[in-house]
Amino acid sequence: MNPVIAVSHLGKRYGKTVAVDDVSLEVLEGEIFGLIGPNGAGKTTTMECVQGHRVPDSGTISVLGLDPRRDADALRQRIGVQHQEAQLQKRIKVWEAVDLWQSLYPRVTDADALLERLGLAPKRNAKFMTLSGGQKQRLFIALALIHEPQVVFLDELTTGLDPQARRAIWALITGIRDRGTTVFLTTHLMEEAERLCDRVAIIEHGRLIEVGTPSELVRKHCPQRAVVFTSDDANVAERMHALGTVERFVDAGQTTHTIRGEGDDFVTQVINCIAREGIRVRGFRTEIPTLEDVFLKLTGHGIRD
Amino acid sequence: MRLAFLRGFWKLTWVEVKIFAREPMGFFATLIMPVVLFIVLARAFGAGRAPSATDLDVSFNTAILAAVVIAINAVQSLMAIIAIYREGGILKRLRATPLSPVTILGAHVVVKLGFTVVSLALLVLAGRRLFPGVMQVNVFSFTVAVLLSTLSILSLGFVLASLVPTSRFAQPLGAVVLYPMLAVSGLFYPVERLPGWLQVVAALLPTTHAVALLQGVWDGSGWGAHWLNASALAVLFAAYTALSTRVFRWE
Repeated sequence: MNPVIAVSHLGKRYGKTVAVDDVSLEVLEGEIFGLIGPNGAGKTTTMECVQGHRVPDSGTISVLGLDPRRDADALRQRIGVQHQEAQLQKRIKVWEAVDLWQSLYPRVTDADALLERLGLAPKRNAKFMTLSGGQKQRLFIALALIHEPQVVFLDELTTGLDPQARRAIWALITGIRDRGTTVFLTTHLMEEAERLCDRVAIIEHGRLIEVGTPSELVRKHCPQRAVVFTSDDANVAERMHALGTVERFVDAGQTTHTIRGEGDDFVTQVINCIAREGIRVRGFRTEIPTLEDVFLKLTGHGIRD
Repeated sequence: MRLAFLRGFWKLTWVEVKIFAREPMGFFATLIMPVVLFIVLARAFGAGRAPSATDLDVSFNTAILAAVVIAINAVQSLMAIIAIYREGGILKRLRATPLSPVTILGAHVVVKLGFTVVSLALLVLAGRRLFPGVMQVNVFSFTVAVLLSTLSILSLGFVLASLVPTSRFAQPLGAVVLYPMLAVSGLFYPVERLPGWLQVVAALLPTTHAVALLQGVWDGSGWGAHWLNASALAVLFAAYTALSTRVFRWE
């Protein structure tokens, strides 16, 4: 796959504050690429430099083979942008916003079909101020997609939404990718990144720490696995200790065992052992590290710090 | 390409007109308030020039006061809109589209000038009905003078809009700057009798030249006698516009 966005050695400072420090990354055609990190890490600044909205202090950027500053007009026709926390006129109606945006581009998509697909058709005549948070975000997506861009930028799209609305947005973004549009998004929600992104880049204090698919990063940085099960059988620990460390916890006559080990085969090994030894199991679950654990390990602190 | 640009410009202008009309308070303050002010004051002082009120040394023309208030209201409303749009990221969102910065702001100027004309028409209609005989002014000439004045004050409004930190300050700052401009404009008190430094300040303010030009058009001496004021309005417009392109903040 070809890179549609190529950033090399990007640097940007505001006064004495270094916002972005020597960031290099590539976004491939047709993927959902997520820039993840805590608030203030430099995600938005990086994205806005790529869009041509901000002028970098150093480094080079290429988007669809164009220079975001020099070819700004040409690029605007081919990218869709959703700025973080940018609103619309309070009293503009949904159809008016869509109509206005349609008038700005030479080639546009069928607006009715787009609103239908985004679940906004019943809200065509509603004023912007009366929309729910999720509906507003879906309208922003509609405006960013109206001219069928090749790359769409979504900055913190689901911040402040309830879990249900968030899931609906995830499904929409996956749909955008499946129609062939490359998606470049930022988020500080690790669950969102893990579920949605084909590849992620972790950024902190303006520096890029790691890039890869979510599962690659988990496998590389957090190979630990744990199996937790309850059993009445005695001597479970002796039969399991070859697999990993075993912890026992007794509560109300029930014994809970936690077996910790590493690697992709670990869970299978535990299951095989249980079957082989004929251990009677009342409850069984696994603990697999997530992107959040990777972030914690790489930065030494949680995302919400 | 050029056609597409015009299409976006008129679409945006029309949308802004509709949005403005949906806000009852702003609509009332901009369109109706100056006319009400005119009727109330004209009843109290007389509709035309009031030459006999010498004990207070006021000799102001209520119609011209109302016309200047229309212009100032347009500017205040524009400042508030710019501040709100900036704060809400609306300006930033529009700038991410192919719309040029000039188009985005130009649409607002056209909307404000349009409502200025409507408000002025209401003023003239009210004047002709309620005070027959005093509205003998050439309406076309008067309208052009008000539009030139509004444009000049609007350009100062863009400079002020850049200085307003948040939308909450837009209205008070507008009032604090714009209404004192009226006080030294010569509408209530002759500019020649102000202290020297204040005369210099007055000469740099568009309201002063607006009042002089409007009075000239009103009493029939016309554009020829006030070409200096008309040119001053144009020069100030150019200067403030040039300044605002340097200091204007989009976010």
